[in-house]
Formats: sequence, structure tokens, C-alpha cells
Amino acid sequence: MKKLLRRLYLLIVMIFFYLPILYTVIFSFNSSKSLSVFSGFSLQWYQKMYHNKDMMNSIFYTIAIAVLATIISTIAGTITAIGLSKSNRVLKGVVQQMNDMPVMNPDIVTAIGLLMFFSTLVIKKGFMTLLLAHVMFCIPYVILSIMPKLRSLDPNLLDAALDLGCTPMQALIKVIVPQITSGIISGALIAFTMSFDDFVISYFVTGNGINNISIMVYTMSKRINPSINALSTVIIGIITIGLIVVNVVPAIVDRAKKKKSI
Amino acid sequence: MKSFRKLVYPYVIWAVIMIGIPMFMILLYAFTKDGNSVRNFVFTLDNFKRFFSDKVFIDVLKRSLNIAILTTVFCILFGYPAAYAMAKSRFKIQWVLLTTIPTWINMLVRTYAWRGMLDNKGLINGFLGMIGIGPIKMLETTFAVVLGMVYNFIPFMIIQIYNSLEKIDKSYFEAAADLGANRFQTFLRVTLPLSVPGIISGITLVFLPAVSSFFIPKLLGGGQYVLIGNVIENQFLTAGDWSFGSAISLIMAVIIIISMYITRQIDQKISPEGGNS
Repeated sequence: MKKLLRRLYLLIVMIFFYLPILYTVIFSFNSSKSLSVFSGFSLQWYQKMYHNKDMMNSIFYTIAIAVLATIISTIAGTITAIGLSKSNRVLKGVVQQMNDMPVMNPDIVTAIGLLMFFSTLVIKKGFMTLLLAHVMFCIPYVILSIMPKLRSLDPNLLDAALDLGCTPMQALIKVIVPQITSGIISGALIAFTMSFDDFVISYFVTGNGINNISIMVYTMSKRINPSINALSTVIIGIITIGLIVVNVVPAIVDRAKKKKSI
Repeated sequence: MKSFRKLVYPYVIWAVIMIGIPMFMILLYAFTKDGNSVRNFVFTLDNFKRFFSDKVFIDVLKRSLNIAILTTVFCILFGYPAAYAMAKSRFKIQWVLLTTIPTWINMLVRTYAWRGMLDNKGLINGFLGMIGIGPIKMLETTFAVVLGMVYNFIPFMIIQIYNSLEKIDKSYFEAAADLGANRFQTFLRVTLPLSVPGIISGITLVFLPAVSSFFIPKLLGGGQYVLIGNVIENQFLTAGDWSFGSAISLIMAVIIIISMYITRQIDQKISPEGGNS
């Protein structure tokens, strides 16, 4: 009985979590503008989205920024994390303090700081400022997810590589990086979703008609417009596919490896 | 070996420029008053005086705190049973996964979905209409804003409490049972105190975004519903008063720091391990 009650409660919580998401997806295929009655299947809202240049551009910019920010912040974060693992306490402390700021501060505080910074330097707000801002808030997360891996690394490995004639660069790429790959991958994933989902910081630092999907939804939401549902469904679709790939691909690779070993 | 240390230097320079300087600018602008030019600094507390002497802003501050506290309380009330049920379930990992997946989906998109559901002609009122109730006005009310916040932030609370429940040594329950405690007593005297660190870190993860959120009140509370985040947004994007905007965000940051300090103090008093969360 108690078990049943617990399960029922969890079920209600899950309905609460997923109903709005399902609602968005289902009503993006609605043939009418109604918010409560599904009057038939249609793709008209997707058509409207497809013909709306701003909306299509926002999808492009969201993906472009997320991919670029992920690549840059993953590389920069990995290099910095490796350097930090060999640094003294003072330097470690300084970097940690700096990284804590965008992680701990409310997004809006980071956002207005960047807005004033870019405006004061008279950097034209747009793609570049958006990318810089995203790289800035992604790197701390990459470093945070790589550091634990480096800490558990055997320091003798590096010495061994150097003794056996590796240059420091070779040792870095051939010995250290392969050992921390899982940390790098999870850092990259966090960076990608942080960038892909960001609204507050993007909203403050962008300009000149460069919008990401979140800004688009925010500015269009003043009136009822079911093509927002279509746009939302695109986002939900991309993230869902991403989550499936991340969770399923490693399992398949594992299985393939096991088969080989047999 | 030591040559690797040099790898940190580029990032230190980057961080000083991209993190340090913008933060410093907030401080600088909050304590000066000269429109948007940095040329001549005159130190002043006018921005803070303006905020605290205007009843409108004080009301906004009170409302923001009220909403954030309400949100946090509801997140604990509804999140704790969920975390407890998850910890007792056979399918722990699956439940945890199901709870975290929504947080990976864009917050704005999920918040916008509630507009269609809460609207007078929306899904919920449609159902209510079928059984002859309503329509009840839900959108553009405090209810909608708090609901939107709880919806967005409760997964963080659930996961934190779940983690702390999972950490509890199972032998404590056996000991409690052996010593004659019934289930309710065990929960009250053993489980609850040991899960306080989880609640505390959950509060941090809920209260902070709830105080500073500005798109949830805008999307679900309507244009009239102003919280402190909306005031900051206005100062920067509409009014263009950087000094006042910086001062307000500084006030907000101080409030957040104070509330974190208070929760940590409470944690140290309550939790048996002395609050090493």
C-alpha cells in the first residue's frame, strides 16, 4: 500500500514534469490556433516557422554558437586544467576564485557585467560578443569536470613518458589526454547544453538582429503564436536526440568491444 | 613538468579580462553616477539611496523575496516526498534520469509551455470547462509565477535531497528499529536530520535563481508583474541607467550572500555532522 502510494506520487511528479513538454510537442502539430482543443494534424506551424527568416536564423545561430563555444571552451578548458594540475596553490586558488564568479553569480549579474564591458570597448554587439560570452561561461564548467580526473592521475605516468623520450607536448597528447577523455567529453557536453539553452546572458550581450532560439521565444511570446511551439519542438527534438546519442552510443560501443574480445 | 604551468597563463589573462573586469565594472558603476561614461568618477551612494527611498522599489524587493521564499518552501514540501520515494524505489537510476532530463531542455521553452496550459482558453481551463468549472484566471497571477518557478527549479531540490538520502548508512535504520523506534519516529529522528545537508544545498540551488529570475515573471506574470530581475533588465535595456542598474544588482547579490550565510548557519545548528555539506 505504501509502495503504491509512493509510486503514485512519483507518477504525478513526472506528469507535472513532462505534461508541458508533451503539450508543446502535440500542439505544434495542431491544425488550429486553439490552446486547448486538438482539432487535427497539420504541419502549418512548421511551414510558418520555415518561412520566417528570423526563426530559421535563430536555429542556425543557436547551433553555430553552441558548436563553436563547445569546441573552443573544451580545448581551452582542457589545456588550462592540465596546467592547473601542475600549478602551485596560489595560482590554483586565483583561477578557482575567478571561475566561481560566473558559476555562482546569478546569470543576470554576469550578463550586465559583460554588457557594460562590451559597450565600453565599443565592440559591436552580435555574433562575436555572443560567442565570447558563451566561451567565457562554458570554460569554468569544462575545467570543473576535468580537474577530478587529473587529480586521480598517477604523476609517475608523465615522468615515465618523459624518461622514455617523449617531448612534453607528446607526453601531453599521448599520455595525459587519453587518460582524462571521459572528463573532457562530459565537460564538452555540459558546455554544449549550457550554450544551447542559455537565455539570460545571450539576451543581454547580443544585438544587430543576431538572436538565438531562447531570445526568439522570449520576444515572440507577447502574442499567442503556435509557431513558437514548432520552434520549441525543434529544440526539444535536438536535445532529446542528443541525450539518446550520449546514453545509447557508449552502450553500443561497449557491446561491440565485448564482442571483439570474445 | 614545470613547463606545463605555463599552460594556465593564457586563461588567467582571459579570465581577468572577461570575468574580472566586467565584475569590477558593476562595482564601479554602482558607486558612481555619471550616466554611461567612465571618464570622471565621483564616488557616491546616491544609487543606493534612490533604491531604498523609493517605495516602488522596496515593494519590488519585498515581492521578489516573497516569491523566492514561497518557491523554495514549495520545492521542499513537494520535492522531499519525491526524493524520499525515489530513494526507496527499485528503479532509482531511472527516476533520477527522468527527473534530470527536463532540466536539459531549454527553460524558456518549458516556461512558455505553461502559458498555453494556464491561459483562460488553455488546456487546464478547457478541462475545467468540461466539468463545468471556470474559466479560472490563472495566467498573470502570483500563482502562475510561483508555479513556473517551482516547475523550473524543483528538479534541483529533488536531486540534492535524493543524494543526501542515498548517503545515509542503512544500519542507522536498523539501529533505530532495534531501539524501538517506529517508522515515523525513525523518519523524524534519523532520516530527516541526516538529509538536512541535501535540503540546504537544494535551497541554494532554488533560492538563487528564483530571486534573480526575470523571464518567468514576464512570461507567466505578464508585463505588470515586476520582480527585481525585471527592474535590472529595464535599467539596462530600456532606461540605460547603468549606475542604478549596477547598484540594484549589487543589492541583489548582497541579499543572496546574506541568505546563503543564514542557511549555512542553520545547517550547522541542525545537522548532526556539523554541516559539512
